[in-house]
Amino acid sequence: MKTICLYFEIHQPIHLKRYRFFDIGTDHYYYDDYENERVISELFEKSYKPALQTMLDMIAENGKAFKVAFSISGVSLELIEQYAPEMLDLLGRLAATGCVEFLAEPYSHGLSSLGNVDNFIAETKRQAKKIKQLFGQSPKVFRNSSLIYDDEIGTMVADMGFKGVMVEGAKHILGWKSPHYIYSCAQDSRLSLILRDYKLSDDIGLRFNDASWSEYPLMADKWLSWIAGLPEGENVVGIMMELAALGYYQPLGSHILDFLRALPKLAGQMGIQFATPSEVLAKNKPVSPLEVIYPVSWNDEERDTSSMLGNGMQREAFNKLYDENIVGRILASRDRRIQQDWDRLQATDNFRFMTTKNNGMGTNRGIYDSEYDAFTNYMNILGDFLKRVKDMFPDSVENDELNSLYTQIANMGEELSVKDNEISRLRARLKKLGSEEEAPAPKEEAPKAEKKPTPKKAPAKKAEPKTKPAAKKTPAKKVEPKKKAEPKAKPAAKKAPAKKK
Amino acid sequence: MKVLMFGWEFPPKIYGGLAVASYGITKGLSLQGDVETTFCMPKPTGKEEKFLKIVNMSQVPVVWRDVWYDNIKDRFVGHTAEDYYRFRDHLYADFNYLQGLDDMGCIGFAGGYPGNLHEEINNFSIIAGVLARSEHFDLIHAHDWLTYPAGVHAKMVSGKPLCIHVHATDFDRSRGKVNPTVYSIEKNGMDHADCIMCVSELTRQTVINQYHQDPRKCVAMHNAVYPLSEEIQAIVPQKKKGEKVVTYLGRITMQKGPEYFLEAAKRVLERSRNIRFCFAGSGDMMNAMIELAASYGIADRCHFPGFQRGKQVYECYKNSDVFVMPSVSEPFGIAPLEAMQCGCPSIISKQSGCGEILRNVIKVDYWDIDAMADAIYSICQYDALHDYLAEEGMKEVDQITWEKVGLRIRECYNQLTGRGWFDNGEYLNAVRNI
Repeated sequence: MKTICLYFEIHQPIHLKRYRFFDIGTDHYYYDDYENERVISELFEKSYKPALQTMLDMIAENGKAFKVAFSISGVSLELIEQYAPEMLDLLGRLAATGCVEFLAEPYSHGLSSLGNVDNFIAETKRQAKKIKQLFGQSPKVFRNSSLIYDDEIGTMVADMGFKGVMVEGAKHILGWKSPHYIYSCAQDSRLSLILRDYKLSDDIGLRFNDASWSEYPLMADKWLSWIAGLPEGENVVGIMMELAALGYYQPLGSHILDFLRALPKLAGQMGIQFATPSEVLAKNKPVSPLEVIYPVSWNDEERDTSSMLGNGMQREAFNKLYDENIVGRILASRDRRIQQDWDRLQATDNFRFMTTKNNGMGTNRGIYDSEYDAFTNYMNILGDFLKRVKDMFPDSVENDELNSLYTQIANMGEELSVKDNEISRLRARLKKLGSEEEAPAPKEEAPKAEKKPTPKKAPAKKAEPKTKPAAKKTPAKKVEPKKKAEPKAKPAAKKAPAKKK
Repeated sequence: MKVLMFGWEFPPKIYGGLAVASYGITKGLSLQGDVETTFCMPKPTGKEEKFLKIVNMSQVPVVWRDVWYDNIKDRFVGHTAEDYYRFRDHLYADFNYLQGLDDMGCIGFAGGYPGNLHEEINNFSIIAGVLARSEHFDLIHAHDWLTYPAGVHAKMVSGKPLCIHVHATDFDRSRGKVNPTVYSIEKNGMDHADCIMCVSELTRQTVINQYHQDPRKCVAMHNAVYPLSEEIQAIVPQKKKGEKVVTYLGRITMQKGPEYFLEAAKRVLERSRNIRFCFAGSGDMMNAMIELAASYGIADRCHFPGFQRGKQVYECYKNSDVFVMPSVSEPFGIAPLEAMQCGCPSIISKQSGCGEILRNVIKVDYWDIDAMADAIYSICQYDALHDYLAEEGMKEVDQITWEKVGLRIRECYNQLTGRGWFDNGEYLNAVRNI
């Protein structure tokens, strides 16, 4: 049975404001609030709201016959939370129907999968957590920013425990193979690949309203008949596009939502079903491994990363952004503003504004005049950001050292909480025992408490002298001195986080 | 095809961009093999290249004088004594009343742009009448407003089509406050022209809107550059490590917007002191600029080496990290192309005509000093941007050649000589693939 795996990307970058080099070091706010609000509210009104509403109706009309998947980047979720909170409600209602699956993706919608593994893993987990919080689903399937994928990314994704990943069905990776099967990652067979059929996807997302296209106007039955006419065995059709295609790139006046609405019923008649990516993976087993040596993406005709990392300027910005030293410091820091700016600066759109490729369609450059303008503005902002990151810690501190200090702080926190528990338990016991002065119990408990934290201790030196006396005193002087240990340990814990600033 | 061309400057004597453009156009045409150009100019030096026929207007008679061949045959610079006698056979009126006639019956020219420019323009047009009667040609081509009256006169006499080449208009030179005499000369020339070649679309629009010309007979004919000679290519850039040089090259005058460059320099220097700013050129605003730089306290970082000539210009480009042309209104502006040939990234104002055919340059509004400062700073700061612009710019500018311009001009000539009138729309169709 033919299955349509329908998936929409919801992403809007957080637009950067005009930032001159003389702002470096004085202005640490990088965003064009007006533009952000304008873009997201326009998109919401013109596209997201009617499209999501239609899908809700479709699910209500067709029961469980209509299935759809979404991925929302973390940065756009921040935008939506701020400027179009209504949308969260719509998405929540969709999630409640059980016909909708949410996918995981890097929080920033950035290029970290090519730039820094640690960051890639960290931000994907962060994104999955956020989705879980908002919609109560733990994503099982992954999609990368702009559908960037190669074998290495595949192994990382598999290691994170995802079952599947969305991949562009580019001709140069498939060769003679059909995109209508499930494949597996060439380096890790645990991971299955769902391929995007770019022809059928672009029929809707790109050409639907193009009057010069030979198939214009496209009707639901015609489009479905192309799917129904696929050869026997080619069962999975990955239809993936931006949600903004519905209503924004293809205006509402083109009746694109009527087209969508007509799909489930007609599909049922033709024996075509809808399924979420997880369902597709559960029903279809990979037919063979698919080797992808160089990264592919869904951008442009080349379907590679050249629109993001094609020229020297883009690579320069990329290398500065993912400098190992810098990423280490950002990951080590707990500064939320740094973290947030880092997410927003990573978005692939910032790189796409700098493209010098002539793709024949005219490039959307946001607020910028030209690729050079985009580069200059971005680098100015990045310059300020990197300076802030460097200023957080003295230059002499190595990242490893920094990390070990932070683990130490974390360990001390745990240690303290264990001790707090112990103290309260002992106090309770003390009360219980009442007059009994020589209790055997504390003796047993105390060494246990000491053992627990010690193996976790990192090889750092600074904090040790402060914690050790506290730890040592506990077993030696039994019950009474523990009260004294409490105030001593706390300042140590307080002091450490102060270093962050 | 024979072209009677009127020009005011020609290399090796260069006063401004006009000489370079005249050279490029005639050279581009000569490469086609079947175009014979007679170039009439006030005062040649005799060292011009020989691919075209030069007529020395200072040695064309306007009154009859009985002179012996043997006495005068060695005195000619440009054309020959035989030409002189042929011209003398075609005198058309009595100009004995004129001041400054020499023993051969010729009117002398000072050359360049002297104080009595209007008188010289008038004399130039008187002589053009003699030429138009004595020469055989299919077409008249007049460069810049100084030669329009001559072109119009020649057209009146011969009835051949007139093509005028607008290298600049008075609207560019005066920021809108036009000199009425100049304007009337320009307007008269355009009114009589059958084809108006403008060096950019920007100029074309000025011609259409300010001079009220029919858009169909106006065509944008962008300039080009000649490949660098080996001597110039061999110049080794002398760059100091850790120090960047930003260059402005051109006349220091209102049209070129030097004050915007200085304001941008001030902003850049507030942030980074290891950048030097070079104002190469001279002009009426030079002293004002030096004073302004001093009052901003950046005089130690601003340099005024004066007018640069010949090889010095290219040395200047090669030693620079950024070239800036902040012109308030620039009909074309060939300097950024030359800078790009030398691998120097350029920042140009959006009000410059050359921006229409250049992609690998940074374009800013001339008044947007923040954007200009930002662009200067980022090219100095980010090597990736500098290298990209230098490399791609060089590739791009290598494709802009006078040969192609010559072919496009030829297309206009063909229309004019074939049927006597010109249509921009047909022209655009015809030259699409050049």
